[in-house]
Amino acid sequence: MPPRPPTVRRTSSAPRARRGALSLSAALLLASCGAPTSKAPAATTPAEPTIYTAAEVAAGAMGAPQGAPIQAVLTAPPLVPPPTNRTAPANVVVNLEVVEKTMPISEGVDYTFWTFGGTVPGSFIRIRQGDHVEFHLQNHPDNKMPHNIDLHAVTGPGGGAASSFTAPGHASQFSFQALNPGLYVYHCATAPVGMHVANGMYGLILVEPPGGLPPVDREYYVMQGDWYTVGKYREKGLQPFDMQKAIEENATYVVFNGAEGALVGDNALQAKVGERVRIYVGNGGPNLVSSFHVIGEIFDKVYFEGGDRFQTNVQTTMIPAGGSAIVEYIVEAPGTYVLVDHSLFRAFNKGAVGMMKVTGGDNLVVYSGKEVDSVYLADKAAATGAPVAAATAATAAGALTLDQQIAAGERLFAGTCSTCHQADGKGLAGVFPPLAGSDWLMADARRSVGVVLNGLSGPVTVNDQPYNSVMPPMSQLNDDEVAHILTYVRNSWGNKGDAVSPAMVAEVRKETPRSVGAAH
Amino acid sequence: MGAGQTIAAGLALTALVEIPGGTYRPLYPADPEQPVVEVAPFLLEAHPVTVGQYATFVRVQPRWAPGVPPAVLADRGYLGAWKVNRPADDRPVTEVSWYAARAYCAAAGRRLPTEDEWELVARASPTQRDASADPAWLAEILAWYSAPATAPLGPVRAGRNNAWGVWDMHGLVWEWVEDFNNALVAGDAREGGEEDKARFCGVGAISAQDVRDYANFMRVAWRSSLRGEMTTRTLGFRCAADLETP
Repeated sequence: MPPRPPTVRRTSSAPRARRGALSLSAALLLASCGAPTSKAPAATTPAEPTIYTAAEVAAGAMGAPQGAPIQAVLTAPPLVPPPTNRTAPANVVVNLEVVEKTMPISEGVDYTFWTFGGTVPGSFIRIRQGDHVEFHLQNHPDNKMPHNIDLHAVTGPGGGAASSFTAPGHASQFSFQALNPGLYVYHCATAPVGMHVANGMYGLILVEPPGGLPPVDREYYVMQGDWYTVGKYREKGLQPFDMQKAIEENATYVVFNGAEGALVGDNALQAKVGERVRIYVGNGGPNLVSSFHVIGEIFDKVYFEGGDRFQTNVQTTMIPAGGSAIVEYIVEAPGTYVLVDHSLFRAFNKGAVGMMKVTGGDNLVVYSGKEVDSVYLADKAAATGAPVAAATAATAAGALTLDQQIAAGERLFAGTCSTCHQADGKGLAGVFPPLAGSDWLMADARRSVGVVLNGLSGPVTVNDQPYNSVMPPMSQLNDDEVAHILTYVRNSWGNKGDAVSPAMVAEVRKETPRSVGAAH
Repeated sequence: MGAGQTIAAGLALTALVEIPGGTYRPLYPADPEQPVVEVAPFLLEAHPVTVGQYATFVRVQPRWAPGVPPAVLADRGYLGAWKVNRPADDRPVTEVSWYAARAYCAAAGRRLPTEDEWELVARASPTQRDASADPAWLAEILAWYSAPATAPLGPVRAGRNNAWGVWDMHGLVWEWVEDFNNALVAGDAREGGEEDKARFCGVGAISAQDVRDYANFMRVAWRSSLRGEMTTRTLGFRCAADLETP
């Protein structure tokens, strides 16, 4: 057994070695009493920036602001201002204008947004811990409403709200010192506050720690929000705010950066293979918590909740309404990476989708691309191969028989359909309709093809029994497979019918275009 | 100009509508023990004061001409869009301070309505004297509040009058009331104590009587953002008068 190390000794890499002035003086005090010190050898360890607590900053530990006042650089999403690169606190002036304006929230759908700086989310503000900020909030004369701002980075009643309450055509000024580092949400807090936030009045302010954040190749600004409109999702025209839906938290849209498609196509975030990307992610709410995920990436680092500790190797990170996270990853392979709220109906039915396009050389070791495309039927798929292959060969030769189709269909049915409709075709009473002896099935072969291709939801009556369930579209099946399955189903368990030909499936597939997103 | 107007003190005054009074539940009652207030019978002008009417007033009292009042009585935006005297201009006058509105009403032998009086009349839809529980009506008001004021203002009396026979309580301009900062503590609204801070964020809902009346919240927020010298492009006024006691 190896000898135990002395228990009093601490290594220099322990977090508490990097405390602020107060902790340091405590350590020196201990040193004078002859206790072992935690001081690192200065020459060999890279200089770690001192960490200050909010109380230390408030007590003046970081010193007075240096130099002439600096006008803060504000950026519209998805861009982020450059690092402050400052080594001491400064006087920083922030000018932020509130603008009420009508913009698209989706293709052909307009919404009257209330914004900080003319965008949703509002302008990104970047300052440094210890900075003294002189904040000017301007309410545009064309605006109808009074507004204010509550910055979560501000320590004080209302986060500045009471001091920035501003009527249209007026401006307010207040000052604060940034005591805590981190990524903070700001938002309007004028009653009814939920409605001001629901209309887009939120953004992010980054307070860099001394020494800044580690350098990266790209920084982006993404913020999620939920929206409540009188019209349904994608109903065209100018859509007013729906108070009742907001109260019920029944969002019409959930989107990144204020509009469906704000980060898609030509607006997608860009990166190159090998680059380290940092995304400042916020969630304005007003209601929903985000399960933020980038499809095909693993976050190397997540500064969860926007604080100064990070978790490594994260798949999905939770971002509360009125909260944030900083995520970082290196993009190792080219392609399109999709940003989603992994509460997936928000992604596929309410707009919570963004994209990052990564260009550069393939890295086939990290990601090979598709090497083999084969049918996977899991444990139900035993011995599918032969009958299906025989049917495929016969189709190619123009000599497909009913028996070949039935044989292939039986195997395919076992893998794809039997989970719900059961191996004996009897379904589950009240839930999944029977296929065996089914009047509904046998009445119309073309209709059955359509059901397999496009799914079926809503009430149907099968053998006098009502069913009201959902069958998803089986769009992964090709024309041959659908034809074989239906031929099998229509000629099994006492059913007697004609063969369904691949040509009929192709016809039906052509006639019934599925809506975008139905197949994925 | 307004229907049935009379000429008093050289001003072209709007006809008054008699409001027989009633009970009203303020969003933020001054006394939490008395959530319902009685509003005594009073008279209210049938529509907001127009540019034309205000032009006449400015001619009678030149100390309220553009650029003349001191900053403590009217900010720099006062009558900012004012070009010439337009006696036939039927659009509501805006960019007037509370002091200016009071001076107009005083010159007319009238006064600004109180918040309770204004809100009592504002509850009415075209068909109901109290439509405060009608979600469709509230949604209509909210839609107007939500839209920015980028289009030029239209004339008064262009829409429907309400069940009291009063026009334009909603949908045209915000209006000054006598006690516009009634919901806050006295003095500078921005330096108040707990009363003031209670208006922000979710806390604003704690003492409110009806947290679903967003339109009312917005009016309270609107009035709370004002000081007496302020002017905006969407803020006008109308006058009220006491019902003469027999």
